[in-house]
Amino acid sequence: MNTDTHAAHADDHHHGDGHAHGSFSTYMLGFVLSVVLTAIPFWLVMSGALPSKQITALVIMAFAVVQIVVHMIYFLHMNTTSENGWSMMALIFTIVMVVIALSGSLWVMNHLNSNMMPIHQMTGMK
Amino acid sequence: MTVAVNPTQTGEPVFYLADEHPHPEGYSTSLGFWIYLMSDCLIFAILFATFGVLGGNYAAGPAPKDLFELPLVAVNTSMLLLSSITYGFAMLTMQQNKIAQTQMWLAITGLFGAAFIGIELSEFAHMIHEGATPQRSAFLSAFFTLVGTHGLHVSCGLIWLVTLMVQVWKFGLIEANRRRLMCLSMFWHFLDVVWIGVFTFVYLLGVLR
Repeated sequence: MNTDTHAAHADDHHHGDGHAHGSFSTYMLGFVLSVVLTAIPFWLVMSGALPSKQITALVIMAFAVVQIVVHMIYFLHMNTTSENGWSMMALIFTIVMVVIALSGSLWVMNHLNSNMMPIHQMTGMK
Repeated sequence: MTVAVNPTQTGEPVFYLADEHPHPEGYSTSLGFWIYLMSDCLIFAILFATFGVLGGNYAAGPAPKDLFELPLVAVNTSMLLLSSITYGFAMLTMQQNKIAQTQMWLAITGLFGAAFIGIELSEFAHMIHEGATPQRSAFLSAFFTLVGTHGLHVSCGLIWLVTLMVQVWKFGLIEANRRRLMCLSMFWHFLDVVWIGVFTFVYLLGVLR
């Protein structure tokens, strides 16, 4: 091990973790992006600027995804190298679990709802 | 096929790392705390899924359109967003060893967090006063469980924040306190990420419905 990496390691431990730190400018950039990404969906829904509700729904969901990524990068300082990549591995695993839980629940329960026999048909079968 | 082993002096094969090198205190805290946050993320995912399934079942009761006031939600969202950036400033001043400024930014973060909880509680009180209680419909049960769990997390974060301010006041910015502040920073920003999901999927999509 050469002295350079050793010094870098010692510096890491001085900060008490192997995480990346933000600077004033990255925090401000994240904040400004978040404000914009929050304000636009609120404005879209409150003013009804887009013609259809489906389009508005899709657009604000896209804004939410982008804002979550912005928070992850600028506030939580996520990157592929922190903790030798293990925090990214944990994140990817969690995202897979969340996608399965959310899409699975909505899909199955929606099918269950649409396959339920309507009440008026049941009364007619007596 | 051969297995790499560390033969000891007696020639017995050893199947574990014989020379466990020491790690400094708190070496694995940030990764461990991150894994805790990911498990918390799964709790919220299940609550979001429940809300997604039950969110349309009003039982002839009030719908999101009748209950939610988007300007108030926008104010609440800005409170949480402002508390995120002020916590960021607390972390930056902590790295520069400025105790007084760190404490000041932590206090401002706490005030924004308290304002968030205050607005949320008054919103809940207003809804319950109008008869929109958790018992009223499946939509309201799921709503109060999801948003209430988030609020409970923020409340716990506030208690943690005050505890850490006392710790910093008593012991200064020692290594342990820096580590604790770093964990709370992750927790606080994580709650802001969850709130993005709440205001988008519960409030905005609810009003669109």
